[in-house]
Amino acid sequence: MSSKTSIPFYRNPAVRGLAAQLTALILVVWALYTIFQNTVTNLRERGIQTGFDFLDQVAPFAVGFSPFIEFKLGESTYWTVFLIGLQNTIIVSVLGIIGATAVGFLVGVMRLSPNYLLSRFALIYIEIFRNIPLLLQIMFWYFAVFLPLFPSPRQSFGLADGVFLNNRGLYLPKPIMGDGIGIWALGLAIVIGIIAYVMFVRWAKKKQYDTGQRPPGRVYGLLTLAGLVAFVFLVFDSPLTFQIPELGRFNLTGGAHFPLPLFALWFALTTYTGAFIAEEVRGGIKSVSHGQTEASESLGLPRPKMLQLVIIPQALRVIIPPTINQYLNLTKNSSLATAIAYEELVALWAGTALNQTGQALVIMAITFAVYIGLSLTTSIILNWYNKRVQMVER
Amino acid sequence: MADAVLFDKIESRPPPRSEGGPLDWIRERFFGSVTNTLITIVCIYLLYVLVPPIANWLLFSASISGTDRSICDANPDGACWTFIKVRFDQLIFGLFYSANPDQLWRPITVFAVLAVMIAWLVTPATPNKREVGAFALLGFPVFAYALIEGSLLGLPSAPTNEWGGFMLNISLAYVGIVASLPLGILLALGRRSELPVIRSLSVAYIEFWRGAPLITVLFMSSVMLPLFFPAEVDFNKVVRAMIAITLFEAAYAAEVVRGGLQAIPKGQFEAADALGLSYWKKMGLIILPQSLRISIPGIVNTFISLFKDTSLVAIIGLLDILKTAQNASRSIEWKGFDIEAMIFAAFVFWVCTYGMSRYSQHVERSLDRSKRS
Repeated sequence: MSSKTSIPFYRNPAVRGLAAQLTALILVVWALYTIFQNTVTNLRERGIQTGFDFLDQVAPFAVGFSPFIEFKLGESTYWTVFLIGLQNTIIVSVLGIIGATAVGFLVGVMRLSPNYLLSRFALIYIEIFRNIPLLLQIMFWYFAVFLPLFPSPRQSFGLADGVFLNNRGLYLPKPIMGDGIGIWALGLAIVIGIIAYVMFVRWAKKKQYDTGQRPPGRVYGLLTLAGLVAFVFLVFDSPLTFQIPELGRFNLTGGAHFPLPLFALWFALTTYTGAFIAEEVRGGIKSVSHGQTEASESLGLPRPKMLQLVIIPQALRVIIPPTINQYLNLTKNSSLATAIAYEELVALWAGTALNQTGQALVIMAITFAVYIGLSLTTSIILNWYNKRVQMVER
Repeated sequence: MADAVLFDKIESRPPPRSEGGPLDWIRERFFGSVTNTLITIVCIYLLYVLVPPIANWLLFSASISGTDRSICDANPDGACWTFIKVRFDQLIFGLFYSANPDQLWRPITVFAVLAVMIAWLVTPATPNKREVGAFALLGFPVFAYALIEGSLLGLPSAPTNEWGGFMLNISLAYVGIVASLPLGILLALGRRSELPVIRSLSVAYIEFWRGAPLITVLFMSSVMLPLFFPAEVDFNKVVRAMIAITLFEAAYAAEVVRGGLQAIPKGQFEAADALGLSYWKKMGLIILPQSLRISIPGIVNTFISLFKDTSLVAIIGLLDILKTAQNASRSIEWKGFDIEAMIFAAFVFWVCTYGMSRYSQHVERSLDRSKRS
């Protein structure tokens, strides 16, 4: 009792904690309020009306690249512009993630190759691409390499039938969906084919557990899928046709066109992020204990099989979380497209639209919300994954 | 016959061929198996195809003499380093100093002090590390600002908005790391705090800045920072970029420091509590000295990415080395030498970041060793 009275209240940790929190809260609220006040005053002085009304206004500029969302000059609103920006960010991010994963795994495995030259090659690649600013790489590929060195449309590189590369970009055959019942039949065939594939793989696994013999389930599955699709193409009248890009007088027309900035950005993001993923892959593979390698060697597995069946499945647990983080970085880095005018979220929305409307506050807030929402989603996925794959120690 | 020989005596086998000689190493690493041999052949072929023309273009056929483009135009098979030589001051020190070559000693002195300081800090056996470190954090920025800006010392003034070239990249990165570290440490402590309000404020701050790409933060600093402050407060572009980079970097520094805090065994916290140390004494004397030491590689790594990211200020119109290089290769005198300009800028960045990453790996290894022993 006496000891309680001898501690003055300002030495009580609970009171101190409360006081500290209250002070921090007041300071933050005061700072935010001051910023808010200043902003309101500044906006009033400049005569800017802030609000979401401009989203319904018609955007007075043309958007060059929008494969999925239609943009009509003089009709489409700023909201459409935002959606197109988002769409283009997603396009380059998805393409970049695919490319960077492929490059990263390849280089990461090369880095650990027993062949000295190959692992040095991988090391040089990683050390060069990782240590040079991405913006510089993007500008290097676009301004110094692709733009001047790729030929004009008339002399396009023909990479394959209907695939052209020139200084306007990459042209691919564009799938055109036929109307009528054919396209539905095709969709159905693909769905059934995929289900058949999964069933075959499961069946093969079960057979292996039961008998020790593994039938080639994947091959059967793929054959079924291909057979079904071929069947649809034979029975129905052109469910899916390809529009091949054609060389016109000055330019290629038709086909799917990936403008050169998109191509350069994709290339730079792939090579840059690939170098980082390669390091994650290397670290993951090295984290698998050496006993596993020795055990699979003593089982007589050749190196590719050993990697595929023993090492990589265990390494993936270590590789996937940092790699997902790299995917997030790649998506955020795609905003560097501003430098080469690929119309993604930051270039189109926080750049062109902002300059046109002057609605800095709303536009930046939406942009931030998109990126922060994305990164929070990523960290939720990561936490979920980490919980799921925690090693079960026996 | 009873004790008949049960086993035939076998002659002992010769000892295995000694391994580890250079010939064995070559056999193992180049021709270990059929695939290995094939890979070696493909690699050698690639080297043969790639290296001679690149080396030829970069070095053997490159032109460096003269002061104008005529010599480069006469030699299209080689790189044009004459261009870089002529524009070197501009690329490294920015427009102000390349226009005032008599003042060049100022940034050069600062660079020299910086180099000595870094060498001092990374060499293991030098005395007075603590004092030099304190100078690096507090004294050096003031010294560098005074000398490069100049008006404080009565020298011709080079206002911050005229800073440029690689000097600007270094200044932005240095300010970014020095100013963001204390903020980052506070945020990390806040995130680990038991007080819910402090913790959520720190988490909100960290997640906000880590969520957005730096380029949007820089955009925000250039379009919105003026809105946030009263009209009479006016920062120039460089200072705005510095503020944005500091706020942004603090969130990343906080996460690295937090990683270090989490690696400290619980016993250390409990021991400090048992000694009756106050929160700040516990952190300042027991926890942070240990955790910051662990965090050094992580801090260097964030610094590397910050350093690379300083090139983004080119997008908001600052004349850093990248923008200067680009402008130079678009000027009338040197139009068309984009590749040389970019390669030079890339090389300058690469030397710095590669050095730092080697250092961080070295620290990591020595920390590993000390943990094991």
